[in-house]
Amino acid sequence: MARAVSSQRKLLNTLIAWSLGLIIFFPILWTILTSFKTEAQAINDPPIFFFFDWTLENYAVVQERSNYMRFLWNSIFIAGGSTLLGVLIAVPAAWSMAFVPSKRTKDILLWMLSTKMLPAVGVLYPIYLLFIELGLLDTRVGLVVVLMLINLPIIVWMLYSYFKEIPGEILEAARMDGASLKSEILYVLTPMAIPGIASTVLLNIILAWNEAFWTLNLTAAKAAPLTAFIASYSSPEGLFFAKLSAASTMAIAPILILGWFSQKQLVRGLTFGAVK
Amino acid sequence: MATHHSRSAARLMMAPTVILLLGWMLVPLIMTLYFSFKKYLPLRGGDLGWVGFDNYVRFVTSSSFWPSVATTLFIVGCVLAITVILGILLAMLLDQPMWGQGIVRILVIAPFFVMPTVSALVWKNMFMDPTNGILAHLWRFFGAEPVEWLSQASLQSIVMIVSWQWLPFATLILLTAIQSLDSEQLEASEMDGANHLKRFWYIILPHLGRAITIVVLIQTIFLLSIFAEIFVTTAGAFGTKTLTYLIFQRVLESQNVGLGSAGGVYAIILANLVAIFLMRIVGKNLDT
Repeated sequence: MARAVSSQRKLLNTLIAWSLGLIIFFPILWTILTSFKTEAQAINDPPIFFFFDWTLENYAVVQERSNYMRFLWNSIFIAGGSTLLGVLIAVPAAWSMAFVPSKRTKDILLWMLSTKMLPAVGVLYPIYLLFIELGLLDTRVGLVVVLMLINLPIIVWMLYSYFKEIPGEILEAARMDGASLKSEILYVLTPMAIPGIASTVLLNIILAWNEAFWTLNLTAAKAAPLTAFIASYSSPEGLFFAKLSAASTMAIAPILILGWFSQKQLVRGLTFGAVK
Repeated sequence: MATHHSRSAARLMMAPTVILLLGWMLVPLIMTLYFSFKKYLPLRGGDLGWVGFDNYVRFVTSSSFWPSVATTLFIVGCVLAITVILGILLAMLLDQPMWGQGIVRILVIAPFFVMPTVSALVWKNMFMDPTNGILAHLWRFFGAEPVEWLSQASLQSIVMIVSWQWLPFATLILLTAIQSLDSEQLEASEMDGANHLKRFWYIILPHLGRAITIVVLIQTIFLLSIFAEIFVTTAGAFGTKTLTYLIFQRVLESQNVGLGSAGGVYAIILANLVAIFLMRIVGKNLDT
């Protein structure tokens, strides 16, 4: 809204918005700050904000005691693997629905979406049982498959909405110029589709990274990703605020950074194109 | 441009997705239905035969069923109210001209990217701990007795944690909707002498109607199945057992699979009731 606003009004807006923004962000900020304190400083009364002895000790202890790197690798493997697998399977489907739509395309899209509405707890035991039977319990491959399946509808939907925006005339023009189907896909469509695919990948890595029902229920020691790593801190002994903060910071930092790049895709991906 | 050839190619391209999702939907669903009609205790005798609708009746008549429904509705209702109302206010504020808008937006959205187990643990310990939490410091600073949040005000605490996680989602979507509002319309109404309240009530709110509906429906589906927040904070104690958590306990903790599966079928029906409305709205928006 481009309206002339007095700078006084603008100053007031700025003050209110920044205060609210900082309040909402405070738990994250506080976690990051606390991760650099000693345990004694972490529970100091009154709380210390900036003037403490900054230390990296907590990070070293967390890595040493609970082998953070292994959980990190599991998270990367599971989030990355499920997203890539999902995109590989979804690209042809979204592609054909966007460029060769039929009467039933709409129904198929809605049906795919409806599978996303199935509450996980409703099928917890069957999946648990199948995992035991197939030897997938506490394996990364098992989680890759499950997370791929729960996010597949969102991946198809996002890709579909991006592909829909590629104008069909371009294809016809390329065909007139004598392009073969192969060069049509390779040189005309792919470059136009890559931004949409990248956005889809980004959002789905975030969703898979933070998924905390299946990752908690289907893993134990071997395949546990960061969600389970953090949950293991829920019954600690002794002084632990600073260590908890260091572990938390390490678990959320990668995705917080990715997330900030994906604000726009977030709206599109999570409302299934209904709000743009 | 759709020839017969490209049609069959299209069908082939869709096949993997359709088959996978069909399997993912049907296999567990049929298994859940199957178990729900059995007395099935994996650790105490295994499959003890068919029992008809016994599990369905027992699940509903157990003393923890109605409290869990009430808990679920309380959490979902409160979180929806808080996130939608605050979300509208925040979105309107963020739409105003200010310095550093981009940074404020980032600050507001950040909680959405924090994994549920982290936000639950951080709130539980560093904020709600009755001796060392920030809130306890704050209470003592004002001379009040610190609250034992997760035992004395357990439901309210969980509502607070979950609202903090979902407020960014509501705000972001409502902000996107507000930004698509025609500013000329607002200016015209301003010239006609409509005050702030009238402008909000007659122009902004109706414009946001659809976005609000979508926020409510999508959040309801996710909120009905919140798990980690309860798992990590109270593990279902102090009256925080939701329907999802109750089913989880029946299935994995007490290994009463038949009973838990019947509960699962109820949860599926409940989620579908919400989903039907969401699908209608999404479907209308689909111009194929």
